[in-house]
Amino acid sequence: MTAFMGYERGNDRPGVRNHVLIVPTVSCSLGLSELALRRAAEEVGKGRVKLLRNLHGCGQAGADLEQTTRTLVNTALNPNVYAAIVVSLGCESVDADRVTDEIAKHKPAELVRIQDLGYSRALDRVRSLAKGFVEEASRQARREFDVSELVVGLECGGSDYTSGLVSNPLVGMVSDMVVRAGGSTIISEVPEFIGAEHIYARRAVNEEVRSQVIEAVRSFEEWLKREARVDFRGAQPSPGNIAGGITTIEEKSLGAVKKSGTAPVSGVLGYAERLGDRRGHYLMVTPGYDIESVSGMVAGGAQVVLFTTGRGTPTGHAVAPVIKVTANPDTAKALGEVIDYDASPVLDGRKGFEEAARELFDLLLRVASGQLTKAEELGQDDFGIFRIGPTF
Amino acid sequence: MGWGQGTARAIVVDAKDNVATLLTDAKAGEAVELVGSVRGAVTAVQDIPRGHKIAIASIPRGSYVFKYGEVIGVATADIGVGQHVHVHNVDSLRGRAP
Repeated sequence: MTAFMGYERGNDRPGVRNHVLIVPTVSCSLGLSELALRRAAEEVGKGRVKLLRNLHGCGQAGADLEQTTRTLVNTALNPNVYAAIVVSLGCESVDADRVTDEIAKHKPAELVRIQDLGYSRALDRVRSLAKGFVEEASRQARREFDVSELVVGLECGGSDYTSGLVSNPLVGMVSDMVVRAGGSTIISEVPEFIGAEHIYARRAVNEEVRSQVIEAVRSFEEWLKREARVDFRGAQPSPGNIAGGITTIEEKSLGAVKKSGTAPVSGVLGYAERLGDRRGHYLMVTPGYDIESVSGMVAGGAQVVLFTTGRGTPTGHAVAPVIKVTANPDTAKALGEVIDYDASPVLDGRKGFEEAARELFDLLLRVASGQLTKAEELGQDDFGIFRIGPTF
Repeated sequence: MGWGQGTARAIVVDAKDNVATLLTDAKAGEAVELVGSVRGAVTAVQDIPRGHKIAIASIPRGSYVFKYGEVIGVATADIGVGQHVHVHNVDSLRGRAP
């Protein structure tokens, strides 16, 4: 099986979901958006309308404001989104007209501004727009697409010793399968390259990309040290990583980069930068914090995310299915409700890597074709934006 | 087929490594079977939990700790074969404050 059933998106890659997305441009319009989401769900059912729980959008300036704006726009441009409803307060830093216009170049998008309409009218407008878009979206049927149309995000969170030994190498094998089929994968979490960047950079397609990889890691490390003015060893590895047996950031990184497999590194993307037509394996500059990292890759165009975890996490994303993999037998048992693929038989030698990689690849295609992940069933619609400046 | 029962086991990822990662808890005095890139056995000199590292060669203070065939840090104390290798006797070479 090397095909999946997705939703046509014109010139863009196909979607693996057909969501109507509510995009509050600022946390001030999040409350009304939440209420509209609940009311819309009562009418059209759960899971049809999604909400970006944006906690930023005001008191921001410069590159930081630009990054927040880009993340909101590009998340709505993810192929999994059929249409977007932008909900603005009216006085925030983010330019809601620009957000709406940029989304509208590619798909249906409407703007609702609370200060223009009044609270109740704005609420009812969001609800009725959502209902109308869901009706439109439900007229679209899935059709077959080749794996080469997939962009897969590669993430690890709550790592322990099993991540570097089994689940990350396993995801790396699946990444290679996707790239070999002509598809794309994105790895992120630049701080988790510290100590392993030289190994990853060897796979760069040319000298320019090689130096971009090295520079991405160097500048992120310098930025962290300068901003935090403390050893980041208290944060990387995290206390949970250390309890799980990981001693240093180098050890964590060497395990983490195994998610990227062996494919050539085709380029480096900025945070939430759209991959567009580019194919192959890419590195995106994101922090190691799972929510902001996954959100960056989904904004970049990842329709599905493969997420390895040692200690277990329920996380998902509002727009993209997140497939969680663990090789820790205790976690597979204790947190089975949040794990999509149990790789612990590989850890204890009962199953080979090749067999597990084929199973995980098949699961990836089934999820791309509509099978819900545990995070989707649980309503784990996470979203977070990587801030790079102060709040004024 | 599993690795079998009744013995503590640890995996050596690369032949260059001087530590192994325990796949089972090891008790002080217990023999630990090595699997992976190096075969053999070492004796745990203290209790070490699963997932943590055990020294399979002596690592003098100031020398590198190797896992995945790469440097994961530097020993901050003399580490003998069979000892627990973790944050109490290994320091990162990266990420220090200026």
